[in-house]
Amino acid sequence: MTRWLPHPWFALWLLVAWLLLQQSLAAPTIVLGIVLALVLSWALGKLGLPRVRVRSLGTLLVLLARVFADIVRSNIAVAKIIVSPWPRYTSGFVTIPLEITSPYALALLACIITATPGTIWVSHDSRRQMLLIHVLDVIDEATWIAHIKQRYEQPLLRIFR
Amino acid sequence: MTSDLATAAILASQFLLLLGMGMAIVRMVRGPRAQDRVLALDALSIDGMLLLLTIGIRTGSILYVEAGLIIAVLGFAATAAFAKFLLRGEVIE
Amino acid sequence: MNVLATVPGWVALTIGALVLAGALLVCIGSVGLLRLDSFYRRVHAPTLGTTLGMYLVLVGTIVFFWAGEGRPALHVILIGVCVTVTTPISLMLLARAALERDRREGAAGIPAANPPETGADGGE
Repeated sequence: MTRWLPHPWFALWLLVAWLLLQQSLAAPTIVLGIVLALVLSWALGKLGLPRVRVRSLGTLLVLLARVFADIVRSNIAVAKIIVSPWPRYTSGFVTIPLEITSPYALALLACIITATPGTIWVSHDSRRQMLLIHVLDVIDEATWIAHIKQRYEQPLLRIFR
Repeated sequence: MTSDLATAAILASQFLLLLGMGMAIVRMVRGPRAQDRVLALDALSIDGMLLLLTIGIRTGSILYVEAGLIIAVLGFAATAAFAKFLLRGEVIE
Repeated sequence: MNVLATVPGWVALTIGALVLAGALLVCIGSVGLLRLDSFYRRVHAPTLGTTLGMYLVLVGTIVFFWAGEGRPALHVILIGVCVTVTTPISLMLLARAALERDRREGAAGIPAANPPETGADGGE
């Protein structure tokens, strides 16, 4: 199993993307899709990437729903800042000490922070485990640190333990 | 009647998207730095992709959606390459 | 020819509203790109268009092809997934490139290569 299918999530995603592109559920399409997914994910395994281990699928889904709600909220907040004729806000860099070390958890955190309007991941110092982000409207630095750590980092720690 | 209203809404969205593309082009010409131009180019490709989707809705042709899919992928490759160049290109100098 | 007349009236209105709201967000993002005054502020603006703005237009497109042609254009979802996954990567690369360039030039308000424990302020 681990030898022939080293990246099951990647294989599943390939199959789904293939079926979406082909727009059909005919048997030959599915068979070809499965073959492609197996071969390509096997080839990816040859690159020697670390395996993805999702420990808690439920937490992941809850996290994604939460991120979507945050995206909607911060879209409105950033739109307000841009549209208001005399905007009053302070932007700046915020340094956050991180606990997570798993590369996939870090990648997901990077996507979450950058996809949310108003915050962007700038750099990560893996030796000192320090994350540097830029925030469009820093009201209070400590609030932002607590926000990122509690809302995103804690679930990520549970998912990629 | 309602379909006319909906068509007007799509037309208005196309106008808004074109306006957005225009503003991105202004930022791209103005700069002032290379990273601003690359950022504007990235925004331009997203706006253009969405404009293609709205054209697809107005003409009822799925082909525009396929074109949008390709732009969505290629736009990323371009921006990533430019950013990589900005990061590395001057280190060698 | 009015293609939107082939779908029921309220569906057409829903599509129009979704696409219009999305395009408005994209346009506001471009306004921010033009209006905000430093690169690190401008980099936040296009995310409006790549997240909620794009999602609204995509949902409108899916609903249109579903109602109009009877087949869900589900590969539109792929556009959403691709852009959602790739935009953070390109923006992160850009922000890092900008930071490197600014550090090399010794620009003001940029955190040092090894940020202090308390964090540094940039912008205003």
